[in-house]
Amino acid sequence: MDMNNVKLETHNYHLYYGEFRALYGVSVQVPANQITAIIGPSGCGKSSFLRTFNRMNDLIPGAHSEGEVYLDGEAVFSQDVVELRRRVGMVFQRPNPFPKSIYENVVYGSRVHGVRNKGQLSAIAERSLKAAALWDEVKDDLQKSALALSGGQQQRLCIARALAVEPEVILMDEPCSALDPIATLKIEDLMRELEKDYTIVIVTHNMQQAARVSDYTAFLMMREDRAGELVEFGSTPELFTKPQDQRTEDYITGRFG
Amino acid sequence: MPRAAFERELQRLQDEILVLGSMVEKALMESVAGLKRRDLEAARRVIAEDRLINEKRFAIEADALVLIATQQPMAGDLRTIAAVLEIATELERTGDYAKGIAKISLMIGEQAFVKPLIDIPRMAEKARDMLHRALDAFIRRDVDLARAIPEDDGIVDALYNQVYRELLTFIMSDPRNIDQANCLLWVAHNLERAADRATNICERVIFTVTGEMVEMDVENGPDAGVEGIA
Repeated sequence: MDMNNVKLETHNYHLYYGEFRALYGVSVQVPANQITAIIGPSGCGKSSFLRTFNRMNDLIPGAHSEGEVYLDGEAVFSQDVVELRRRVGMVFQRPNPFPKSIYENVVYGSRVHGVRNKGQLSAIAERSLKAAALWDEVKDDLQKSALALSGGQQQRLCIARALAVEPEVILMDEPCSALDPIATLKIEDLMRELEKDYTIVIVTHNMQQAARVSDYTAFLMMREDRAGELVEFGSTPELFTKPQDQRTEDYITGRFG
Repeated sequence: MPRAAFERELQRLQDEILVLGSMVEKALMESVAGLKRRDLEAARRVIAEDRLINEKRFAIEADALVLIATQQPMAGDLRTIAAVLEIATELERTGDYAKGIAKISLMIGEQAFVKPLIDIPRMAEKARDMLHRALDAFIRRDVDLARAIPEDDGIVDALYNQVYRELLTFIMSDPRNIDQANCLLWVAHNLERAADRATNICERVIFTVTGEMVEMDVENGPDAGVEGIA
């Protein structure tokens, strides 16, 4: 992988929740404009690792870390955290639209960042909803409550909301777990469209999804001391047909006890 | 044990490959033995039983596809199933070569041989042996064995060249021998191709174990002189 195309990077990163080490020495390079999947058994620290990139772990009392985390070569701990979270957006497992209209959901972040002009906000709403492949379904009634949308639509609304502030990275924590198969495939198609303009990192416990949608895959596993470590990182086609590590092979073939 | 049902089915598929392999080995040996002893009934049996070989091959293929669709195999499992599909095809083609030899047996019919068959049965035994060991290498995932077998392909090619030269001599000594010589050359050609199939199977074994697809070209293969038109 070309060093110039590294968007996110961690170097020997350890994460602690109080005394408990959740992540052990994780070093990874996430390529720009690609979809990178993080897979591994329950409890191995996938979501913790994802939250590292936008410093969401800062919000957890007792969380502290060692090692470096970079966005575009700049340490994330040195950056303004609000600006970091604009650049690195996040979509969660359960769609979590605000109890407001569709329109208000999408423009909320922009308002927070100081955009007041109605024309600008409308343009942002349209652009983001189009980018999230939701515009055609909602354009006739943007004032409708977001809570009236289906699960899949709500999730795409959350993606639109994340896109509205023009991020560079989109982190997705099991974005399709709460969705039916059709909604899932729509989101996967959307991800492939989005990767042209954004860097996407997705945590998923669905291996077939990781295999379907990602360009690169990171496999994490719990050590004996229950800290998660990176076992293998590689291009998705290689990792799923010819993994280097026996532990990876055991996990993806389901021989993992 | 996780995925016990999947494991069993994967094993069963591979066992079926062995069954298909032994059907094909038998057809190959029967076709040549029948040719040698002018046994036209044996030839007709080989031709009829080719249908069973085809049916077995398609059954294996169908089961492999079902396994892919229902179990989402990955990594080593996926390579194994891919190998099963390829090997089934190689075996079925080899079965066709046996059928071809049996048909030639019928064509030659009651004619006396211009000379007793010596090298052709040797080729058959060598090809059969290569096939048998290749399947053994597959089941045991034995990469070293798989690498060693294709060297025997050189022996088969050498025998083929010998048969070719001899038959040429017979044609030159009496042009009326052309018909039978042609038929026998075709038999030798089929056996040489059967040995190639065994080499292909060895390539698949290495692929299954290592994930690398390696072409195994043997020294005295197709490019070694004019006799090597195989």
